[in-house]
Amino acid sequence: MALGLEASLGNTVITTKLDAVVNWGRQYSLWPFIFGTACCAIEFMSAAASQHDISRFGAEVVRFSPRQADLLLVCGTISYKQAPILKRIYEQMPLPKWVVAMGACASSGGIYDNYCTVQGIDTIIPVDVYISGCPPRPEAVLDALIKIQEQIQGESVLVDRHNDFKGILD
Amino acid sequence: MNSTALEKIKAAFPDATCTTVLDSVVVEVQPEYLESTLSRLKNDPTFNCGLLVDITGIDYLEYPTPRKFRFHVVYTLRNWQDNLLVQVRSAVPDPQAGIATVTHLWGSANWGEREVYDQYGIRFNGHPDLRRILNHWQFEGHPLRKDYPIEKGQICLETDSLENEIRSRLFENGIDETTMKDINTEIMFLNIGPSHPATHGAIRILAALDGETILANVNEIGYLHRGFEKTAENRTYNQIIPLTDRLNYCSSMINNIAYAKAVEAWLGVTITERAQFMRVVLTEFYRVLDHLVCLAAALVDMGGLTNYWYLYNEKEAAYDLISRLTGARLTSSFTRIGGMYRDFYEGWEKDLELQLRGIEKGIGDALKLVETNRIVHDRTQGVCVVSAETALSYGFTGPVLRASGVPFDLRKDAPYYNYESFDFEVPVGTTGDIYDRFMIRFYEMAQSIRIIRQAMKHIPNGPINVRNSQVCLPPKDQVYNNIEGLANHFKLIFEGVKVPAGEWYDSFEAANGELGFHFISDGSGQPYKLKVRPPCFYTMGGFHKMVEGNMIADAVINLSCINIIGGELDR
Repeated sequence: MALGLEASLGNTVITTKLDAVVNWGRQYSLWPFIFGTACCAIEFMSAAASQHDISRFGAEVVRFSPRQADLLLVCGTISYKQAPILKRIYEQMPLPKWVVAMGACASSGGIYDNYCTVQGIDTIIPVDVYISGCPPRPEAVLDALIKIQEQIQGESVLVDRHNDFKGILD
Repeated sequence: MNSTALEKIKAAFPDATCTTVLDSVVVEVQPEYLESTLSRLKNDPTFNCGLLVDITGIDYLEYPTPRKFRFHVVYTLRNWQDNLLVQVRSAVPDPQAGIATVTHLWGSANWGEREVYDQYGIRFNGHPDLRRILNHWQFEGHPLRKDYPIEKGQICLETDSLENEIRSRLFENGIDETTMKDINTEIMFLNIGPSHPATHGAIRILAALDGETILANVNEIGYLHRGFEKTAENRTYNQIIPLTDRLNYCSSMINNIAYAKAVEAWLGVTITERAQFMRVVLTEFYRVLDHLVCLAAALVDMGGLTNYWYLYNEKEAAYDLISRLTGARLTSSFTRIGGMYRDFYEGWEKDLELQLRGIEKGIGDALKLVETNRIVHDRTQGVCVVSAETALSYGFTGPVLRASGVPFDLRKDAPYYNYESFDFEVPVGTTGDIYDRFMIRFYEMAQSIRIIRQAMKHIPNGPINVRNSQVCLPPKDQVYNNIEGLANHFKLIFEGVKVPAGEWYDSFEAANGELGFHFISDGSGQPYKLKVRPPCFYTMGGFHKMVEGNMIADAVINLSCINIIGGELDR
């Protein structure tokens, strides 16, 4: 028993909220950009390979151009030398975009508390989901992906995210 | 052998102090004779040290026994034919005034000296391109100096343009300004990386192109410099094992084993027979895994995605086996000073054999697609050729050197862990092109599997750790039930294994070549200095010699076939 617009148009249309339909589309077609620098990138390779198969979650279209990606997966240690490149890659990605910090190094510097390692990429760019582990197992990458999907579900197309972020390189 | 080598060197250099330390002859010279000594060791046919293995600096600022001069440099040379390892040491009276360069003798000195300059601030006079290599160009100070605080990070706002470097490289290759400006021969600059799928990590390749042909190439590394050496100075010897995992993370256990072997060599500890066999089995297993990843990625770069699944799926399955053994997939941390963390589990032998068969099938499937494939042959044969002389000059080791026809393999030439009693061959290439570098890895995997099978057949039973309470943790029942065991456990955990004061170098045939560790101990439980000799670093240092004159697409597959691993390259 339909109400409103659906009652007069019959089965030919579905009414929903714009947010719901856009988010539904975004959720299941994330295009990741792999910013792979170290050991974690090897574990991402495993997450993408047959056994764990990231395409089950709709995120197998790995892009190597930031302009075609909306999910930045930072896999590995970010040094101060690497930091400006990470920032530029992030800025080149079109909105909306999400960031996952994979592994201890990307999240906090990990075991490298020293002169050359950035102590967490959230000092440079905003991060949505952190994955623990050194390196994390491929299942953890999939878990992070699901978390991003859940987060997208609750977002609105009218709200810009993270536009007030200030990092150490800004 | 070393006693005769020592005599010969003593006779040749009467003014220098010569001693033997482990397998190497150490020659201490005055700074003014450093260059002539090195030159003679290289050019004199009695020594014939064609391979400059590594260069490192030392800062004695906080060393318990004070030295006259704060800075020293050490050159590690090798005559691969006679298994002669020589270390030449010299004081550096004034780092700012510097010492003479040896870049005219060995190509590998170029990057080696740059690293010493970057980390210690020692200048090398006459070096063609003395600038930072691991740290960024905006960095101030020299991090491995003892008075540089470990946690003092410095922000980099912009990447170095490399414009001057590529222009001087072009000039060196005979391309002048007029050719560059002429519209018909105008040169295009192409930058690849550091974030690019073809670089497999973080390496920056800048090429000057004429059409698709590379006229000049310069490379920038250091994007994954994580301060291994500085961090290691603040850890106990056993705490460094997890750090070594992250050097070459495709074959983490080889690093663990090489590191533990180096420390044990100086301690004078001989590990048990079973532990030696375990280390052989695991080293060779990881050598296979390392080559699997390298080949899988390299074939993807060439356009053969199917091979990736054939090879990588076996690696994935091998991870499951490794996590059954060590509890971790990638970063195993499975060795301890004096032995291993755990013995093989019940049923390991069966699981291993199954996995080996899987790997053999994967290799066979991939080879069927590659071995007689015309496209692969055309893309790889006679491309990016590097001669044996160039390879030796740039300090190549391992499969990349053997592809150029130099049959140098530490497992044969300076055997350890009973390698001399295993029946295996060392595949050697003929031309030193990409094809040789590819196929050598395929053949090496087969040889490694042969070694594993022999070792598993002859592995003896027995303990896996030495019974020495100064080195290995005592068994748990002793820790809980008697005071001596508890005290030993406590001291080993808190203070670390006490390593006698001294300085030594020990090397290991890792998947990519000679993996060396240069230690300085002040007698405490933490190394005073620990320098890694990474095989990748020197291979990458000769990259421009491989690709100049070839096409840009060849540079991409050349990079993947030399297996550059960022963790080891930049440390």
